[in-house]
Amino acid sequence: MSAHAKTASGRENILGAIRRSLGRPALSTDAKRDLNEHITKHRANLVPARGKGEHGELVERFKEMAEAAACTVAVVDGETAVPGAVADYLRANNLPTQVTLAPDEWLSGLDWDGQSLLDTKSGAAGIDDLVSVTPAFAGVAETGTLVALSGAAHPTTLNFVPDYHVVALRASQVVGAYEEVWARLRKANKQGRGFTMPRNVNMITGPSRTADIALTIELGAHGPRSLHIVLIDDQAGED
Amino acid sequence: MEFMKPGAFKENANVAMADENLRSAMTMLNGGMIPNRQGAVDRLPEFEKLSQRGRELKDHVLAHLDFYLEKFERHCKASGGHVHWCSTPEDARQAVLKICRSVNAKSVTKGKSMIAEEIHLNAFLEQHDIKPVETDLGEYIIQLAEEPPSHIIGPAIHKTKDQVSDLFLKHHAKLGRTERQTEPQKMVNEAREILRRKYFEAEVGITGANYLIAETGSSIIVTNEGNGDLTQTLPKIHIVVTSLEKVVPTLEDATTFLRILARSATGQEFSAYTTISTGARREGDADGPEEYHVILLDNGRSAMLGGELQDMLRCIRCGACMNHCPVYQSVGGHTYGTVYVGPMGAVLSPALLGVSGTRHLPCASTLCGRCEQVCPVSIPLPRLLRQWRERSFEAGDVPVAERWGLSIWAFFAKRPWLYGPCARLAMRGLAYLGRKQGRMRKLWFAGGWTRGRDLPAPEGQTFQERWAREKRKEQRKKVSG
Repeated sequence: MSAHAKTASGRENILGAIRRSLGRPALSTDAKRDLNEHITKHRANLVPARGKGEHGELVERFKEMAEAAACTVAVVDGETAVPGAVADYLRANNLPTQVTLAPDEWLSGLDWDGQSLLDTKSGAAGIDDLVSVTPAFAGVAETGTLVALSGAAHPTTLNFVPDYHVVALRASQVVGAYEEVWARLRKANKQGRGFTMPRNVNMITGPSRTADIALTIELGAHGPRSLHIVLIDDQAGED
Repeated sequence: MEFMKPGAFKENANVAMADENLRSAMTMLNGGMIPNRQGAVDRLPEFEKLSQRGRELKDHVLAHLDFYLEKFERHCKASGGHVHWCSTPEDARQAVLKICRSVNAKSVTKGKSMIAEEIHLNAFLEQHDIKPVETDLGEYIIQLAEEPPSHIIGPAIHKTKDQVSDLFLKHHAKLGRTERQTEPQKMVNEAREILRRKYFEAEVGITGANYLIAETGSSIIVTNEGNGDLTQTLPKIHIVVTSLEKVVPTLEDATTFLRILARSATGQEFSAYTTISTGARREGDADGPEEYHVILLDNGRSAMLGGELQDMLRCIRCGACMNHCPVYQSVGGHTYGTVYVGPMGAVLSPALLGVSGTRHLPCASTLCGRCEQVCPVSIPLPRLLRQWRERSFEAGDVPVAERWGLSIWAFFAKRPWLYGPCARLAMRGLAYLGRKQGRMRKLWFAGGWTRGRDLPAPEGQTFQERWAREKRKEQRKKVSG
């Protein structure tokens, strides 16, 4: 009880101090209505030109920007080619072949057993896991950024704990600007008049890096040393 | 480098200027951060407009800060989070301690947080037998060195590679790493391997926040290493330590700042990891913390609203002002003796700590204006620095000699009929004194200057005389032409 009283007083102290400095009382209902409208309309501010364009162009820009951020990208014709592309990537780079898959219905439904090289399991990442394969919610062309949502189907640890992260992304998931991701997220997670956020929205642009030793950029600081994107050409440019 | 004293900028600067390691570390700034930022800004034609919009948004939020904070609190709670309002650093430390004790925490991993530095959280946790483990590589380095950060985004920017090699050898030898590593990649790897287990062992993970979103009750961290994400995902509890002015209305508004932050800071198009966190893990989630706490610190910020200093609350902590500051580049961050350094630190520190112990900071600037030029939210840093100088003069914090000097100068400056002749006399006198070499080795009352360098001798005429002469010439030209 006393702890609660203390928190409440901290709160009132701070809000009171803010209002005193601003030289006004708490806002009127009318003023609040206007501000609430700003929040509920969540209008986009300025969207840079590079976040706009035809879908094909955006997919191309996504690829370019992701590569500029030190990702590698392999384009495949359809989703059935994903397990093979993952195996090819691991083999070509001499990487471990024990793979932790996100427990995602779509991803798990692909034919992983057909890849004799791969030894797959599914779940969150443990300290010894070296390679993860996950889906993503979207790809953003303006900076080559992947967006992943945490949830039962996509444990966050898969994005950060393993040394090598592979992401399977459908071209139809590529959008121009970040704002389009928020619109898709609000739609996908609609609840009542609002929407729910997952615990984490992870925007990922290239592998982990640091410049903390003498301003020299080194990859693989604490997160993945490499980020490989298998981009599925699913011919669904139109949204 | 020997650690610097707070409130002793001048003495610290002398130590810093003689430090070869510091000088070689700081020259890297000019080669890296500055051209990188320029490149990123040039590649985005809309950068200026985005900056302008960011500035307007911050002004809007600050004018309605009570509303947005209450909104943030409501949505944070609705998604299962806890909000702790803390007026003082002590309130914030106690709130963190209480949460740590609720799970009998032995160790706490930490992502980079300037608020944690501001409230001196590490020393406090150690006093209470909780081991704080810094996981950002730069923070890890300075934790080993037992030093404070010297830059708000590159805390170990003052260390050369060789110094880090020595430090790692000294501290990692007992962990069986007895080989001195000299390649950055190997050093990064060594730290990675040593810290890995700590993420899994800690009961609590503490991060900062670049932004809080009122619409969703979320916090955002922007990082490159991924340590912040491991820190906030693996332990039982995630604590966010942050301050009032970080709140923005919507995801769209946060997006505008995200577009200017990394570009201004490191010159990246986007940082490797931008993570939005909302509440604790959800039902069915296989990982993530079981509790999510946000510590909202005031510590003098509410008092900055409504006055000239409100502009400082727009700061998005990109570090561009210090990267571009000729004073910061010469003396490094430790010289300031405060948590926040460079131009933004020299404006913010007197507001947080009081003007009397920090009076040298606003003076540690040539007012050249580069900081304001590169500030993505146009904080008028030179004007605010000047304002602190005035306040400290008014408060009587200025030494007698300086006060007298200024009064004497003011006496003449207010009387142009007297100023002109006296200045002419002085210039001719100085020109005579320095006539042989064109400079002076020593001059009365100017020891502060001449101890370190010569004073160039004036040419014999004052600026006003030359100005008048040039004007006359021009007029003659006009008349004859």
